[in-house]
Amino acid sequence: MAAPVLPKLVGQRVKRREDPRLIQGLGTYVDDVKIVGLRHAAFKRSDVAHGRIRSIDTAAAEAMDGVEAVFTGAQIAEFLDPMPIGTPFPSPEHRAVATDVVRYVGEPVAVVVAAGRYAARDAADAIVVDYDTRPAVVDPEVAMTGHPTVIHADFDNNLAVPLVPSGTGVSPDGKTVDDTAVDRAFADADVVVSQRMVNQRLAPTAMEPRGVVAHYERGKDTMTIWSSTQNPHILRTFIALLNGMGEDQVRAIAPEVGGGFGAKINIYGEEYVVASLSRRLGLPLKWTEDRSEAFLATIHGRDIIGYIDVAATRDGKVLGLKLRLIADVGAYNMLLTAAIPTLTMLMANATYDIPAIRTTLTEVFTNKTPTDAYRGAGRPEATYFVERGMDMLARRLGMDPAELRRRNFIPADRFPYATQMGAVYDSGDYAKALDRALANAGWRELQRQRDAARAEGRLVGLGLAMYVEVCGLGPSASLPTGGWEHAQVTIERDGRISATTGASPHGQGNETTFAQMLADQFGVPLEHVRILHGDTGVVKQGIGTFGSRSQAVGGTALHLAGTKVREKMAKFAAALLEAHEEDLVFEDGRISVQGAPDAGKTFAEVAAYAYVPVPLPAGLDPGLSEEAFFEPANNTYPFGCHISMVEVDRDTGELALLRLVAVDDAGNLINPLIVEGQIHGGLAQGIGQAMIEEVRYGADGQPLTGSFMDYAIPRAADLPRFELDATVTPTPVNPLGAKGVGEAGTLGSTPCIVSAAVDALSGFGVTHIDMMLRPEKLWRIIHGGQA
Amino acid sequence: MIPSAFDYERATSVDDALARLAARGGAGKLIAGGHSLVPLMKLRLNEPGALIDIARIPELSGIRGQDGGIEIGAATVHHAVATSDLLRARCPVIAETAATIGDPQVRNRGTLGGSVAHADPASDYPATLLALDAEIRIQGPGGTRTVAARDFFQDLFTVDLAGDELITAVRFTPTRTAAYAKLYQRASRFAIVGVAAALDVDGGTIRRARLGLTGALSHAVRLTAVEDALAGRPATADGVAAAAARAGDGLNDVNADIHAGADYRRAMVGVFAQRALKAALARSQESAP
Repeated sequence: MAAPVLPKLVGQRVKRREDPRLIQGLGTYVDDVKIVGLRHAAFKRSDVAHGRIRSIDTAAAEAMDGVEAVFTGAQIAEFLDPMPIGTPFPSPEHRAVATDVVRYVGEPVAVVVAAGRYAARDAADAIVVDYDTRPAVVDPEVAMTGHPTVIHADFDNNLAVPLVPSGTGVSPDGKTVDDTAVDRAFADADVVVSQRMVNQRLAPTAMEPRGVVAHYERGKDTMTIWSSTQNPHILRTFIALLNGMGEDQVRAIAPEVGGGFGAKINIYGEEYVVASLSRRLGLPLKWTEDRSEAFLATIHGRDIIGYIDVAATRDGKVLGLKLRLIADVGAYNMLLTAAIPTLTMLMANATYDIPAIRTTLTEVFTNKTPTDAYRGAGRPEATYFVERGMDMLARRLGMDPAELRRRNFIPADRFPYATQMGAVYDSGDYAKALDRALANAGWRELQRQRDAARAEGRLVGLGLAMYVEVCGLGPSASLPTGGWEHAQVTIERDGRISATTGASPHGQGNETTFAQMLADQFGVPLEHVRILHGDTGVVKQGIGTFGSRSQAVGGTALHLAGTKVREKMAKFAAALLEAHEEDLVFEDGRISVQGAPDAGKTFAEVAAYAYVPVPLPAGLDPGLSEEAFFEPANNTYPFGCHISMVEVDRDTGELALLRLVAVDDAGNLINPLIVEGQIHGGLAQGIGQAMIEEVRYGADGQPLTGSFMDYAIPRAADLPRFELDATVTPTPVNPLGAKGVGEAGTLGSTPCIVSAAVDALSGFGVTHIDMMLRPEKLWRIIHGGQA
Repeated sequence: MIPSAFDYERATSVDDALARLAARGGAGKLIAGGHSLVPLMKLRLNEPGALIDIARIPELSGIRGQDGGIEIGAATVHHAVATSDLLRARCPVIAETAATIGDPQVRNRGTLGGSVAHADPASDYPATLLALDAEIRIQGPGGTRTVAARDFFQDLFTVDLAGDELITAVRFTPTRTAAYAKLYQRASRFAIVGVAAALDVDGGTIRRARLGLTGALSHAVRLTAVEDALAGRPATADGVAAAAARAGDGLNDVNADIHAGADYRRAMVGVFAQRALKAALARSQESAP
């Protein structure tokens, strides 16, 4: 038989089909949506961190040209319920617009509706708010003692979550705790390393800020809402809920979404307010976040302190690990705020077989922007704490950091592996990834280069980090929204393929990868496949894109739907060709009998027959459109090893990243080019956290990093040429064997760079440096005194 | 990020710009590249009633060699300065300074005159203009005047320029033996500390040194103590390093912010003075026959 003309596309480096329109400015984002009669909203935001609203004077704003309405928080509260929370933890009431007390700079206190965006903003500036200011609660470890004050009346000592234990000896409900095993591990240890580490606050800074357009149509009693969101179906659910409407009455559209990084999972107050005002006023209404607002009003990420203790024998076997976590969650619980640090607990095992682990988690309210999911969401924090702890242990023992890891890995023959933390790792071969990374980096040679540089007086250091993360979220038991995904595949009458996915992309490239899968499944050109997404009016059901789930869960749903259509199409083809369906081959745009390609029909001919089925084969309905839900039985657990080489400038403390070698194992890859793009972006953000990114607040709760003039994010020129490679350990959790890769880059890069910096400065007696690695901090270590 | 309302006018000549400025009373503001002004307007920290655009006035742009000196029009963008063959050949320090400003977008819009008039304490050009003993050419209702860079930069965002005047050009005597070195603030790419050094070297001896400092204080200044210490010294790397090592020690009221504390900035003055001097010295050696 002749080889097929069309190449199999899965596994190929197909260029993103999305990019030509995006880089030519031909994409349609929320702010590009224009509707006749569109009005514009602007929010008046608190400029104090903590205070009671004494009065709000809206008279001047209401009198301004173009202003149609001004609503205070109290007025909004008359028709809009508090914001829903997606976690089981007790949460304080959170109004989309504050009614009496403001709790962070940037919290909305009033909203203006005007004919134009500029008029709306002018009017918001004209609103005068008088605050009775209160002390700002800024330091979470002080806040835990109730000082300087309490932010939410029902939460003593500002404790959002007082203390949750997890790990060895803790019952599944957390109610009983047996310390025996953990105490014994520490008592038996030859060596214990202990360190307080800060995983600092970050701003997600998607290229496209948030935005929303709501259009309530009174005649139809329906609402269409466009939003820059990662999950339009979840948005639809909540917008319907808070407007007292049915989900059938609400259509949510995520058009092009210019990045999310987890920050656009949330349903924000602005979305609820704009939707409810559109309905109340009977007008289409738009709000577009500006960059200044984005730094204040879009959730922040990370901001968690870890007290880690690692107990080990002198030959490097880890016996026990303790990790006490204190998360600064900011002023309120958003949709998933309270749950994110629990993922840090979940992943405390990291890649290691550790006999006894105890973690505890305390979450604390402060007068800052709320935190929530940011790329990695809990797993980079766990990786950072444990990998820094392992690095400190290696240094204490005088052991090669790679060798220490190797001695403690969960062996490849122990998967699936139930961890002390309650996770079941699906598959893994950590030593393989480590070995590949060591080989690619030339670890011994790098050590030699480092030592040679040091002999010249240069401050060169090496860092290594392993990671394992939890992806492919996840069974419905773990997500209040449900953890499945949905797809529908339709063969159109002309033989073209349309497929919908609920995994709404915002940079993941699903239009390309999903089309590759279907093109292979049906033996048609990529150009004949279109992937539709981001519109609940088109995509029947879905959850959304977060937790590196779109390929593992959404891709599998697509595969299952495609399989159903293919089976049905084969039946039609079998009838046309008078053949058995199991003998049919889908190849090169034709369906033919195996061994007799000339006797086949074109794909389009079979499609046409399915829609005008004369005669209709027995037992078949017309048409070729099938859907599938996929509920994974477990999460997936991708892993990898990152290695970096850095040099610190002795005179200035500036840190240069010389090498970054990454080996990532995300299971089977649909498109290595897109995977590498995802890893590049994740690495950049992980490197950013290590080196240049940090949200800062003053003692008065005022943000000090409110623009890109003060908040640095990595630019291409700041980054070295990444040296990437992959090992492939498929997951048994889904038929694709794909694990997910969207967040992986943020996990290993951060600790490996900090460890490299510590290595570079080890001659000065330093064993740990908190991020970010500001030059002044490193300079102080070099020139006397600690950071 | 949404400015308040303003009028916009485009001036066709310097005289036209001055007339429009006068007509607006105090409410008019000149704009060229807008890379200092527009961000302030977006944050509503500056709310001019009218913008008078001088970016396209032909006589304000361009780099000209004249009578042994070089004149750069005030509306010349940083990119043009950074890539000028004339400047790279005869006065590389100013091209080098321009190349460190912001990013390509900023360098293709921001102008020399705008940067100098705004006088951000961390901006790069002032250090170099001080080291070059540049003159700022100014035109106003009363005619033209010239101010030495040394007298021009007076305080935080404060320069010797009246509200009804505009900068037409910057003029200096070119030298090859000068260099600029800076410690970048990683977010803005402004200078945490920037030092420009210009050396007159004769027969292996430094006859005169001029050092301009930016980033460390409320405004750019000359490092006169270092200059005095260098005069008459041998033109060697060790010599300039020793003279500049403690360049920051005598400075008072050193800036401190989230990016760098005062002690660190003070130490960096010495580091970057040394780096600028060594680079200038290297240029003096390559230009020697």
